[in-house]
Amino acid sequence: MSIELAGVHKAFGSKVVLDGIDLEIRDGETMAVIGGSGSGKSVLLKTIVRLLDADAGHIHVDGQDVADLTREELYALRRHVGYVFQFAALFDSMTVFDNVAMGLRRTRDTSESAIAQRVAESLRRVEMEGYDDRLPAEISGGQRKRVGLARAIATRPKYLLYDEPTSGLDPVTTTVIDELILKMARELEVTSVVVTHDMASAYRVANRVAMLHQGRIRFVGTPAEIRACEDPVVRGFIEGRPDLAQEAAA
Amino acid sequence: MKAVWAAPAGAVGRGAIGLAAGFGRFGTFAASMARAVPDIGIWGRQVVLQMARLGVASLPIALFIAAFTGIVLALQASYTFTGAVPMYFVGTLVGKTMILELGPVLTGLALAGRVGANIAAEIGTMRVTEQIDALETLAYDPVSYLVVPRVLAGLAMFPAVVAFADALGVFAGWITAINLLDLSTAEFIRGLQLFFRRFDVIFSMIKAASFGLAVTMIGCYFGFHTSGGAQAVGRATTQAVVVSCMLILVLDAFWAVALL
Repeated sequence: MSIELAGVHKAFGSKVVLDGIDLEIRDGETMAVIGGSGSGKSVLLKTIVRLLDADAGHIHVDGQDVADLTREELYALRRHVGYVFQFAALFDSMTVFDNVAMGLRRTRDTSESAIAQRVAESLRRVEMEGYDDRLPAEISGGQRKRVGLARAIATRPKYLLYDEPTSGLDPVTTTVIDELILKMARELEVTSVVVTHDMASAYRVANRVAMLHQGRIRFVGTPAEIRACEDPVVRGFIEGRPDLAQEAAA
Repeated sequence: MKAVWAAPAGAVGRGAIGLAAGFGRFGTFAASMARAVPDIGIWGRQVVLQMARLGVASLPIALFIAAFTGIVLALQASYTFTGAVPMYFVGTLVGKTMILELGPVLTGLALAGRVGANIAAEIGTMRVTEQIDALETLAYDPVSYLVVPRVLAGLAMFPAVVAFADALGVFAGWITAINLLDLSTAEFIRGLQLFFRRFDVIFSMIKAASFGLAVTMIGCYFGFHTSGGAQAVGRATTQAVVVSCMLILVLDAFWAVALL
């Protein structure tokens, strides 16, 4: 099963953020969505799990049009989708253990011992064993992102959505997070969407890269293809040269 | 050229539209809360925790206010009645005023500050730090998880806190009367019983429950609809307290008209 977006529009008042997005994320692949700040990358990610409703168009996840789902069907679908937030969005009144256990406790068919096992396994995968009793305020930003990832994978989702997973991190921690994204794709065989504006990260983790520009998909291709792309807007972004993008606009 | 009244008229119009939109949003919010009530599996574990946080932890401030209100009521009654009205009416005034009015209203206003602000700030912070979105992605309805337990806790605990406040206020009035006003216990109790009706206590509890519902729902509403950063959380908190206090006074008048 894959994620398919067809003609997706989203506006906030008079500001059009997504202006007819067509994109397919294939089963088992990692797709990086790149684009400048405010280009609508995070909005795109939120429409996939209906944290935001699209104004028009269709989004199919696991073969289901998310706009047509009832409240119960939507929550059932979300159990198959892990979401890693830009600033981790950990519940600050709960310990690391309880944060990771939260999704597992949603359905009452898992015993506390099974939950404890799954939490320990998830924390081990992100190399955060031994931090169970800490509060989010007691760990670093990089560690919080890892716990956020552990929380997202605890329910064994089919899809993982990452919103700027490396923003604000030092280069070493960025590489660690990138390696975790690769590890999750390899070991859990998930389909992933990684929203980022960090090109080094995008090249490292993605099978394909999609560039969002002025509300539309400007380019989709492999990392090798985007490196060879002649489009001045794409080149301007990946090479960090605003002059190219300005020339294209003129 | 625009008429001089165009700008103020436009502002009034925009204000009216904003107010109507606010009522609409609140109606939608209340409907989503009603829809979330059957999700006992989600809010059931939270409600006892919230009862402790919103109710038990609010007792000290409520009792502090009630004790001093009882003392002042007894002294002012004595000052007013001197020479004209028998002194045992001090018990009447303390009992009636405490149970019918000051116990529920002063406790409600104090809890609007303590509980309403706490709820709005907590949920508002969760909104701006995407913790509410995180709940959604983990398949929790945030209204079931955050709003329903707080509102139910408020509904249950405000009457309990007010009951203690009423009792302590009367007790403080009695202690004041026998120590400072040369009134005997028998006289005070005679006055207390003179116009007492069981309905007075029911009336006090109905008011307290309605205040609990209003304060928690308003706090949750403003917290839930926070957008922006720290400044927005501060604004939501202030709005929650101001609107809760206003609503308490409106409800106070409403119940007096409807039930007395």
